[in-house]
Amino acid sequence: MSRVWAIAVNTFREAIRDRILYLLLVFSLLLIVSSVVLSLLTVGSRVKIITDIGLASISVFGVLISVFVGIGLVSREIQRRTIYTVVTKPVYRYQFLLGKYLGLLLTIFCNLALMSLIFLAVLAWQGGTIGPVLLAAILMIFLELVLVTGFALLFSSFSTPITSAVFTMALYVTGHLSGGLLLLKDHVKSEVSRWCCDALYYLLPNLGLFNLKHHAVHGLPLREGQLLLALIYGLLYAGAVFLLSVAVFRRRDFQ
Amino acid sequence: MTGDQTSRDVLRVSGLAKSYPHPMTRKRIPVLKQIDFTVRQGEVFGLIGPNGAGKTTTIKAIMGLISPDEGEVTLFGRPVSDVEAKARIGFLPENPSFYEYLTGEEFLEYYGRLFGLGRARRRERVNDLLALVQLERARQLPLRKYSKGMVQRIGLAQALLNDPEFLVLDEPMSGLDPLGRRLVRRIIQDLGRRGKTIFFTSHILSDTEVLCHRVSLVVGGRLRDLGSLDPLLSEEVQGYDLVLTGIDAGDVPPPGRVAADPEDSKLLVVLDGSEDLQSYLLKLFGSGARLHSVTPHGRSLEDRLVEELENGAAGEEGR
Repeated sequence: MSRVWAIAVNTFREAIRDRILYLLLVFSLLLIVSSVVLSLLTVGSRVKIITDIGLASISVFGVLISVFVGIGLVSREIQRRTIYTVVTKPVYRYQFLLGKYLGLLLTIFCNLALMSLIFLAVLAWQGGTIGPVLLAAILMIFLELVLVTGFALLFSSFSTPITSAVFTMALYVTGHLSGGLLLLKDHVKSEVSRWCCDALYYLLPNLGLFNLKHHAVHGLPLREGQLLLALIYGLLYAGAVFLLSVAVFRRRDFQ
Repeated sequence: MTGDQTSRDVLRVSGLAKSYPHPMTRKRIPVLKQIDFTVRQGEVFGLIGPNGAGKTTTIKAIMGLISPDEGEVTLFGRPVSDVEAKARIGFLPENPSFYEYLTGEEFLEYYGRLFGLGRARRRERVNDLLALVQLERARQLPLRKYSKGMVQRIGLAQALLNDPEFLVLDEPMSGLDPLGRRLVRRIIQDLGRRGKTIFFTSHILSDTEVLCHRVSLVVGGRLRDLGSLDPLLSEEVQGYDLVLTGIDAGDVPPPGRVAADPEDSKLLVVLDGSEDLQSYLLKLFGSGARLHSVTPHGRSLEDRLVEELENGAAGEEGR
C-alpha cells in the first residue's frame, strides 16, 4: 500500500503543479462570488439563486478538473515514457493505476473542499442556512466525480488524451440523460428496441442519482435511503470501472 | 546444462519473438524472430547491433514493458512480472524521460519509495547516488532544467537506488559529453568489479569493448553470439606485441617482425598469432633479449561487427 500511496502523492503533486488546475479553480471561485451580484439582478430569492449558481459551479468545474487532469493520467505517462521506469519497479500494474486514481481523487477532493468553503461562506454571508441537504448535495457531487474520474482513467489507459476527453464528456452528458431512455422505452413498439433501451439504461451510469441540487435549492426533503442507495451505487459502479481499467491496462504493451 | 549453471543464470531468454502491426496495412511485421541467450551471474553482457535491429525491443521484453508473441523470459528464474525479481533489478531505458516537475532529490526520493526503501535508507541512498553521478549541486533543481546528460546521469542514479544485483541499461552512454561518458563508464566498471551482473546495449563499440565480458549482435531480429571479447579467452588471438631490450633490430630472430625501433633502445616486435609464442620466447631469450611485455591482440569489435553484418547480408542474398 505504501507504493500505491507514493504514486498517489506524486500524482497529486503533478496536478497541483499544473497551471490548468489553478485556471479552473480561479474561474469557479469567481463564479461563486459573482453569484451575489447575479442574485441582485434577478427576480426571486437571493439565497436560492446563490445556492443554485454555487452548486452548479462546483459541479461543472469539478467535472472539468476531473476530465482535463484525469485524461492525461495514464496516457501522458506513456507518451512521455515516464511509465517505463515506474512499472519496472517492484510495483504491480494495478497498484500503479490505483495510485493514479487515488492521487487524482485527492486533488479533486481538495479543490472541491476549497470551492465548497468559499461557497458556504458566501451563502452564510448572504443569510442562507447551511443544512444537511446542502452538505449531502456537495457530497453527491464528489461521488459523481469519483465515477467520472474512473471513466477518465479507463479511457486514458488505452487511448489518447483528446479521445479520452471526448469519451468522458460524452459519458457525463449521457449519464445525466439516461433517465430519458425509460421514457423512450414507453414510446417504442418493437420488442428489440425496448430491450435495447433497458440494456442501455442499466449499462450507462445513472448520474441523475447524484443530483441533489434541486433538493438543496428548494429545501426539499430526501427520500428515505436515497443517500445510501446513491452511495452504494456510485462506489460499486466506480469499482467495476476500475477493474475494467486494470484488465485493459494489464495487457497493454508500451511500445 | 547443469543445475548449478541454471541457478547462476540471472537472465534467460528463449525463443523470443515479437511483431508489430503495420500502421496502415495492419500486416504484422516481425521485429524479433528467434532470440535465445543467457546472462550469468557476475557477467557484463553487451548487446550491439545497427539501429532498428531490435535491441530496445529485446530490453522491453526483458523488463516486461511488452509481452512477447512467443518465447519466454525469466529473471532470477522467475517470470518478468514478478515483483520480487523486479526488486533486485535496476533499469535505465534509452533516452529516459522523467517527471519534469520534480527536483532531482524529490525524484530519487519518490523512486526510493517505489522500491520500498525505509526513510533512513532512502536518505542515505539519495545522498550517495547524487554524489556518485555528480549532481549534488543540482539536487534542488527541477528536472525540466536538467541537460540531456544530467537526465542520463540521474537516470543511472534511479537504477541504482536499490543496490541492484542485476542492471539493465539501454544505451547508457547516449547524450553524455566526454566527461559524462567517462564517469558513467567508470561507474559501470566499478559495479562490474563488485560482482554485479550487467546487461547493456550500446552503439558505441569502444565502450562495449572496454566494459563487456561477452557480446552478442542483434541483426534482423536474430541474435549472434560474438563470444568473449578477451583475446586470451576467445582463442582468436591475431598476434602478439612484444616489447624487448638488449637486442638489436637486425638480430631479432624470425618469424618476429620489428614494428618500431624507438630511440630509447626498446624494440616493438610483432609475432603472428599462428606462431608458437613459447618457443619463440625461448629463441629470444637465447639471443640475450630481455622481455618487458607481451600483449595479445585480437580483432577489434568493429572488425567482427562489420564481418558479421557482411556475412549476414551475403546469407540473406544467397537465400
